[in-house]
Amino acid sequence: MLTIDNLHVSIEGKAILNGINLNVRAGEVHAIMGPNGSGKSTLSAAIAGNESYDVVKGDILFKGENIIELAPEERAHKGIFLSFQYPIEIPGITVTNFIKTSINSNLKARGESNMPANKMLKKIREKAALLEIDSKFLSRSLNEGFSGGEKKRNEIFQMAMLEPSLSILDETDSGLDIDALKIVANGVNKLKNKSNAIIVITHYQRLLDYIIPDYVHVLHEGKIVKSGGKELAHELEEKGYDWIK
Amino acid sequence: MQLTEKLISSFLAFELDIDIHSDIHNIRTNAIKKFEELGFPNKKLENWKYTSLNRIIKEDYTVFSKKKNVIDFKKVKDYFIDNIESHKLIFVDGFFDPFLSQTSHDGLDICIMSAALSKPKYAKIIEKYFNKSANLEDSLTCLNTAFSKEGAYVHIPKNTVLEKPIEIIHFATGNEAALMLQPRNLVVVEQGAEVEIIESHQSLTVNPIFTNSVTEIFAEKNANIDYYKIQNDVVTSSLVDNTYISQKRNSDVKVHTFSFGGKLTRNNLNFFQKDSSINSTMNGVTIIDYDQLVDHHTLVHHANPNCESHQDYKGIYSGKSTGVFNGKIIVDKIAQKTNAFQQNNNILLDNKSTINSKPQLEIFADDVKCSHGCTIGQLDQDALFYLRARGIPKKEAKALLTYAFANNVLESVKIPELKIRVKNIIAKKLGVSLGFDL
Repeated sequence: MLTIDNLHVSIEGKAILNGINLNVRAGEVHAIMGPNGSGKSTLSAAIAGNESYDVVKGDILFKGENIIELAPEERAHKGIFLSFQYPIEIPGITVTNFIKTSINSNLKARGESNMPANKMLKKIREKAALLEIDSKFLSRSLNEGFSGGEKKRNEIFQMAMLEPSLSILDETDSGLDIDALKIVANGVNKLKNKSNAIIVITHYQRLLDYIIPDYVHVLHEGKIVKSGGKELAHELEEKGYDWIK
Repeated sequence: MQLTEKLISSFLAFELDIDIHSDIHNIRTNAIKKFEELGFPNKKLENWKYTSLNRIIKEDYTVFSKKKNVIDFKKVKDYFIDNIESHKLIFVDGFFDPFLSQTSHDGLDICIMSAALSKPKYAKIIEKYFNKSANLEDSLTCLNTAFSKEGAYVHIPKNTVLEKPIEIIHFATGNEAALMLQPRNLVVVEQGAEVEIIESHQSLTVNPIFTNSVTEIFAEKNANIDYYKIQNDVVTSSLVDNTYISQKRNSDVKVHTFSFGGKLTRNNLNFFQKDSSINSTMNGVTIIDYDQLVDHHTLVHHANPNCESHQDYKGIYSGKSTGVFNGKIIVDKIAQKTNAFQQNNNILLDNKSTINSKPQLEIFADDVKCSHGCTIGQLDQDALFYLRARGIPKKEAKALLTYAFANNVLESVKIPELKIRVKNIIAKKLGVSLGFDL
């Protein structure tokens, strides 16, 4: 589904990623771990198409197509979803209106007509229930005044609504207490199936107790320095990141 | 001939031609003298530092339209608010259009200034209110007073709650090569009465139009007024809108100004609180482009205790457009427990767009809450990426953020059909079809 080949990315001339190679197939869960500043968030931003990040070299192939030149919205239309580490607060747009606009924009890009209002409402209710989101929450301004846990649940709620082929969860566990973490992880697990894939980006092993990865990759100074199975996460937890440096 | 001279010399002919009370004649004569003394405002004046009328007054305007022009309703249908029952006061090239209008004398008066200034039955109200809150030292207001002849006249008697809003539209046909218009409106809302008014100026061609409008609004005790100004004229029309609001105890007046069009738009919005426990609200959304200019000069004079004023102006500027916000708040020594809030937030979308924002607070009382805030920035790039990463295309994402930015002002619109109209104008301005509601 996703093939990253020798990806070099820099911000304002400063090299952050120095030749990433990664291959993610449908049905797989990959975890990318690494210390602060290792380039984890840069990798997720580069896959999602953030224009502040310059791809200097290398390719990102999604479902066989090179997406390097595509705008963020075009990548979203193809089925890439990024759960933000720091979801943006947008006063004046409600959660419901935001997700409606998002869904209909995606449908439109695929040449389909808007989702009928009753179908939309039903889906919103169903997915909100999955993440134990109160209906009052849906009429609040997007992320404004949300707690850390609410923001992250809202991200996974959007993922549930959009049903992407590839989801990148950027530090979804940060700012979550154990209860919220369980709700979020449970939501993600329910959304996982044979035809989609998930990349979990995290600093700690904690989230991986709930979302079990098939592969774990360790990022250090912009490169994947070690890959392995889920046991690698435990090893890292025990030995710390100094071990791989 | 210069416009100033042309106006002064046509004044005499105008006076001979008109049928009015002698009191009004005196008011008018004094006004033209004042204008003769002051002339058009220039950039040397503090209040006109950022806005020059030079490029507007250089045109050779016809000061009065020579003949009454008739327009077909079908041609202008789109400028009326859709699906709404309303009273209508429609003017074409400065003349009242009885075919497009729906006046009312059903226990109240929703009619025209020319009648009010000449017929005995209106004499009492005219004597009490006409030119009583207008600034007698302001040259453009004086100019309007000198030529005041036609416009909306609204008198809502005690405890009358008007069910339907009043639509006031000033059309210009463009049959003259260039035309100057000076509508004069008077709105008197008696004790406990309520009214909603929607006002716009609309040119139907690209011939230059210069409108110098004066509106006096009087809110008696417990009166409630919502006044909506929809400024979405073509880019060859200019407007100076002088609005004076005089409020009595417990009255609540809100003026909502939506400025999207025109070449130059200057809003002089003045609130005078004549008693205690008064609420005054000023909201505005400005979205302009090209070399358009919109200038909001607000004044709130808190002259009595326990009153409030709320100002919230949002501006979004593209191209080489210029915005001005000057918010003056005066709190007299006697006006203790005043709450005065002022907010002006701006987004500049291009390198060549300009905003001049200036709060001006003159506070002489010591037990007051007064705040003012101003921001100038760009659309948040992180927010833009967030929306785009959810599949919302760049243009729509920008539009959505613009809506979100202006949302609290849009929410203050109480007439649903009007809210839809304003949203559609914004969508059109931003070049998007709306896939979302707010």
